[in-house]
Amino acid sequence: MKTKLFLIIIFNIIFNYNYAFSQNDNLNLHKKIYKNIRCIVCQGQSVDESNSDFAINIKKLILVKLEEGLNEEEIYQFLKSRYGEWIIYKPELNTNTLILWLLPYALFIAGGFYIFIKFIKKKSEN
Amino acid sequence: MIFILLFFVASIFYKSLSTTNIFVPDKLIGKNLPDFKAKSFYDKNKFFTKNEIFNEKKYYLLNIWASWCGPCREEHPILIKLSNEDNLEIVGLNFKDKKESALKFLNQNGNPYKKILIDDNGSVSINLGAYGVPETFLINENNLIELKFVGPLKISDHKKILKKINNKNEN
Repeated sequence: MKTKLFLIIIFNIIFNYNYAFSQNDNLNLHKKIYKNIRCIVCQGQSVDESNSDFAINIKKLILVKLEEGLNEEEIYQFLKSRYGEWIIYKPELNTNTLILWLLPYALFIAGGFYIFIKFIKKKSEN
Repeated sequence: MIFILLFFVASIFYKSLSTTNIFVPDKLIGKNLPDFKAKSFYDKNKFFTKNEIFNEKKYYLLNIWASWCGPCREEHPILIKLSNEDNLEIVGLNFKDKKESALKFLNQNGNPYKKILIDDNGSVSINLGAYGVPETFLINENNLIELKFVGPLKISDHKKILKKINNKNEN
């Protein structure tokens, strides 16, 4: 009897913990999506930060899409199909955004190369 | 090296400052009107799908409006004029509005709409890629979005719409 009771309590704890954890995951996911969506009628705000009518509608839609079982990427794809790439804060790597993505790496490599040359020159002078 | 860098920075500034920062989502122009389902304005238990609304071989103007929206009042005379065109049917999407106020608005200003749908939570408009009221889509007989107007329709927009629908008539 004691073992049964013990197992029931353990099962309940594990089940409730898992449930709370998954709920928390969902809460974090919708917040994460809100933060990555631009409020296109606001000045430099994400829909998470904005209380405009547009942001409220987008937030409602994201919750509905999550309930329908869409994942994060599918929600971004849906919004991009309606509003274009601009609505997502993190731009995709394509021909239009190539410079944006590659320039920091190019500058980093060029900077490293410049320092290396200076270092070699200084060493040869000594 | 410094000159090249300065030139690069200056050209980016010039390009960024000379382009408009008013964002107009035109992603759907030239594409099929997305599927949607919306309540009827006159009977809230009745739903219409896109195919039930845009099913004839003519031009449609889908206008998102609300009685509480000032610019909607401003563009209304243009919609009334356009409602007299034979090859054009105007469909209204009443956005987050009260039925009594919307009816009062139509009684005062005239009703250009052949059909009126309701978007009481904003989901239909978001699905259409709209971001506010008023917003208007010109949809051709193949259900393709030909023009999109963000904000109130202006006289120049009226001309653009007439040009589109009359060009088609002449062909």
